[in-house]
This record gives sequence, structure tokens and C-alpha cells, in this order.
Amino acid sequence: MHDEREHDRDRPAVRASGLVKHYGNVRALDELSIQIPAGTIHGLLGPNGAGKSTAINVLSTLVDITQGTAEVAGFDVSRQADRVRQRIGLVGQTAALDEILGGRQNLLIFGQLLGLSRRDAKRRADELLGKFSLTEAADRAVSTYSGGMRRRLDIAVGMILDPVVLFLDEPTTGLDPRGRTDVWNSVREIAARGTTVLLTTQYLEEADSLASQVSIMKAGRIIAEGTPNDLKRQRGGDRVEITAADQAEAIAMRDALNTADTSASEEAAVELDEATAVVTCPATRGTGDLATVVRKLDAAGITTDDIVLRRPTLDEVFLTLTEKEDA
Amino acid sequence: MSIVREGLILTGRDLAHWRRQPWTPIFNLLFTIMLLLMFAFIFGGSIQLPGGGDYIHFLLPGMMTLAMMFGLETTMTTMANDSKKGITDRLRSMPISDASVSLGRVGADMVSAVIEIVILIIGGLLLGWRATNSPLAGLVAVALLLWLRFAVLWVGIFLGLTTGRHDGATVLVQVLVWPVGFLSNVFAAPEFMPSWLGAVAAWNPISATATAVRELFGNPTGVTSGWLDEASLLAAIVWPLAITAVFLPLSARAYRRLRK
Repeated sequence: MHDEREHDRDRPAVRASGLVKHYGNVRALDELSIQIPAGTIHGLLGPNGAGKSTAINVLSTLVDITQGTAEVAGFDVSRQADRVRQRIGLVGQTAALDEILGGRQNLLIFGQLLGLSRRDAKRRADELLGKFSLTEAADRAVSTYSGGMRRRLDIAVGMILDPVVLFLDEPTTGLDPRGRTDVWNSVREIAARGTTVLLTTQYLEEADSLASQVSIMKAGRIIAEGTPNDLKRQRGGDRVEITAADQAEAIAMRDALNTADTSASEEAAVELDEATAVVTCPATRGTGDLATVVRKLDAAGITTDDIVLRRPTLDEVFLTLTEKEDA
Repeated sequence: MSIVREGLILTGRDLAHWRRQPWTPIFNLLFTIMLLLMFAFIFGGSIQLPGGGDYIHFLLPGMMTLAMMFGLETTMTTMANDSKKGITDRLRSMPISDASVSLGRVGADMVSAVIEIVILIIGGLLLGWRATNSPLAGLVAVALLLWLRFAVLWVGIFLGLTTGRHDGATVLVQVLVWPVGFLSNVFAAPEFMPSWLGAVAAWNPISATATAVRELFGNPTGVTSGWLDEASLLAAIVWPLAITAVFLPLSARAYRRLRK
């Protein structure tokens, strides 16, 4: 299987075009097209009901396509579903594990179902338990596992056949920060070893930290795509953000910065959030603009120690994009 | 055959459950045994049988039949839980046959049905029940019981697949098995019921199996006339066959429809 993967390096691991999926009158996918290069982590980002899970269900052969075509690991999901199934791992939104049995037993049963002999399934189970730090809990009932452990076991089951593509549907929803970090590390390791990962998430931070490419979904279609940095740049680049002591000071700051003639205020885009007393202005020249802002405040006799240069978060990108769509 | 192999692996999964949580099947058995004792000692003394006969000999084959019918609930809830927890979806994303999932369910539930029958036979013998016919007839009786359980299995698989995500439906079925189970000749003879009710009870598929099993064990049937008296064996074969013929294809269809 590894040889085959090397051979397929240049082919996208997932390629879908014009995917449409109707559930009754609901158009869950509306002409969705996506290409994911082999060996990368791709984030599918969107609010509830955007169609992320439907996309995963279609690509993992669980659900028929109404219209369009999709290829996963080089095979057509409708006509060659079995070939696709031999090459994918699916980790759905709920941990699809047998709660009564232990982690090792889960891996054994699913491994044998996937065609491994009893002995191979055992060996693979031990290997995966080690890799996902579950060896100690291997024989305890899964119902006693923490959320993070459950998720890791869930992903381990998805990795039994060392799949070409791993689908992760909201892998960290409901986890505490520790559990989330563990899952993130596992996902990174999996990708580093050559498996292509398609993950859905509502957390922009997650996409930002894991994915090399992000697609933002809304109402069954992709409304923006690119690296996390590309997407942030679309929102208007870096900005200087100053937090004032109170509203009066914030207004004074805005007025000081609004006095024309420097680049920081050229676009007349100094914004004031009265409720939080935060003033922001674009900083197209990065730290140069930061210095300008400090000088201007100085000249106006205002001192501040809470001033930062920051990139927009994916959250802001996301909100801007989805609001634009609504308008 | 990979289907058989996959079915056996999934059956093994359920058997492993019993080893981990022996109390769940034991409580189920205790419940059946409690019903048996209740009817044997509390109601039994005041229930009359047309054609006479000792109530315990009438009751025990009825209880076995009822246990087969109550298996519906187990099949349905296990099936529903697997869908709810995403295990069914995980299995569907694997390169295994569609039939394996149901086959695993059939395997596990049939094994548990055999255990239930054995326990009820032992319990019955302790209470004074006896089978007076040949051992071969006894084996045919057990086969008919399992045949009913097999038919009911497909109803359970179908309901589990289609209503699995609605907890209300599960509860509804849990409630409905009672009147359906009791509106039969399991505990009392239809001939002593109001005539319209007796007719319904006699037509209940469970009554056919219960009567045939009583005959085969050499126990009193409580049936002195009518079609059930003449054709109970045939009915005990045909009823489950008809149920299976309807619900097996429906289950297969419901499984395929998960893709819609």
C-alpha cells in the first residue's frame, strides 16, 4: 500500500467536482468542488449546518451523491466504493466505539473486520495503543475513558489499515484543552507519515494550527479557500490595536490618529469600539506603522502600554466572509 | 466466505459483552424466571384449561415462546444503539459486506435465545414441568422456538434501523410487546376469552408456536377445537416464514436507505 501511495504522490488524494446532495428539499451540498493534495491536512471550516459532515459522508462512501463526481485515493466513490473503503479511515462526530469493551478489544474487532488475521490484528492493536498513548488503559472498558482518550482510540481505529485518506469529523468538539492538544499532535504525526487528512471543525484556531489549506463552507458550498495566511490577508492584513483606559481616552486616541498625513491613517480606517475602548487602525507597513502610531500618540500627549500589532484571526475572516454572503 | 467470517467476528463482539457485563443477560433471565414463577404460583392456581391438564405443563412452553417474542426488544435496542453511536456508520465505511452487520446480530441473538431456552427448561424441570414425547419431538419444538426468534429478529433489525434515532419509538415498542405478547394463548386459553378476543389471540403468531411446542413436548395445549387444533405445526412454520419474508427484505432496504 505504501508503494502505491508513493506512486500517487502527484495525484490529489481527494478530488470532487460539482457535488450536490439533496436531503428531501434541503440542498446539503450545493456544487461543492475540492482538491486535496496527497499528504496534506485540509481543514473544512463552517458553522453548524454548513454541510461539512455531509461532505465527509459523501467522500467516505456513506451517502449517495445526488449529482457530481468524487474520487478518493484515486477511486470513484460511487462506482468503486469498496476500493475507496480499503483506503480510508473515518472518524465520525460521535466516538464510534464499543463502550463495554476495552480499547484493545475494539482495535482487535475492527482490525479483524478489516481483514487482518487474529495475530496481525493483535500486533497492530498493540502498535496503535502505543502510538496513541493508550497502552495503560488498553483493557479497561472504553466507558471509563476520558473524552480525549476516546477520541484518540477512535482515531487509532481509523488508522488500523494505515489509510491513504483519513476523515476526521470535528475531532476535538467537546474536549478539554489537554485532550485537544493530544489529538492535534496525533493528527500532525499521522500527516507527517504521509496520510492525507480531511478534517472538519468549527474552531478556526484548530484549522489555523493544523491545516495547510482551509476551505470555508457555508450553505453547502465553499465560499473561500486558501492557506490560513492567505485568508487572513483577505480580511485586510495586519492592524495596530490599542486598548485605552476609558472611553474618553479612546476618543482622544482616535482623533490623534485621524490627523491625516501619515500612512497609518491614510485609509481613514481608524476604528473605535466604544464598549471596550479599543482603537484599531490598519498597519500595511507592519512595525513601521506601529512606530508611527506610537509617535502620533506621543505628540498628542497620550501614553499607553497596551498596544499590539496583530494579524486578523481566522474568526474575523470567517465572520467577514459569512456576513458578506448574507448581505 | 468473508460474509460468514465478518458475521462471526461481530457475533464475537456481543459474546465479549456478556463476559464483560454478565449482569445484563442475567437480569434479563431473572426477569423471565420471575414471570414464570409469578404465573406458576400466583395466577396458575386459578387458571383453568379447556381439556384439563396441569397449568405448569401448559405454562412452560408458553413462557419459552414469549421469551422468543420479547427478544424483539433486545434486537431492536442493540441495533438502534449502534446506529446512534456511529458504529453502524463506521462499519459501513469499511470494506465489508452489507449483510455482515445483520448476520452478526442474528448470530449473537440466536446464541442468547438458545441459552434462554435451556435456562427455562432447567427452571421448568425444577418446578415439575415434564416433556413426555420423544427427544426428537423435543428438538423439533426447540427448533420451532428458534424459528420464531429468527423471524422476530428481522422485525427488530428493521425497527432498529428505521427508528433507531428516536428514543420514543424504542419505548413504544417496549410497551407494545406486552399486549401483543399477552394477547395470545401463552398464559390462558383463548377458548375462555370473549369470543372476538379469543379469535384475535388464536390468530396471534405466538399462539401458533406455543401450541405446536406444547404438542411436541406432549403438554396440554388448551385448544380443543378450531384450526389451531388441527394445524398448529403448520402455522408455527408458516407464520415466522411470512414475518421473515416481509421483514428481511425491509431490513435490507432500510440498510441500503441509510445511503440516501
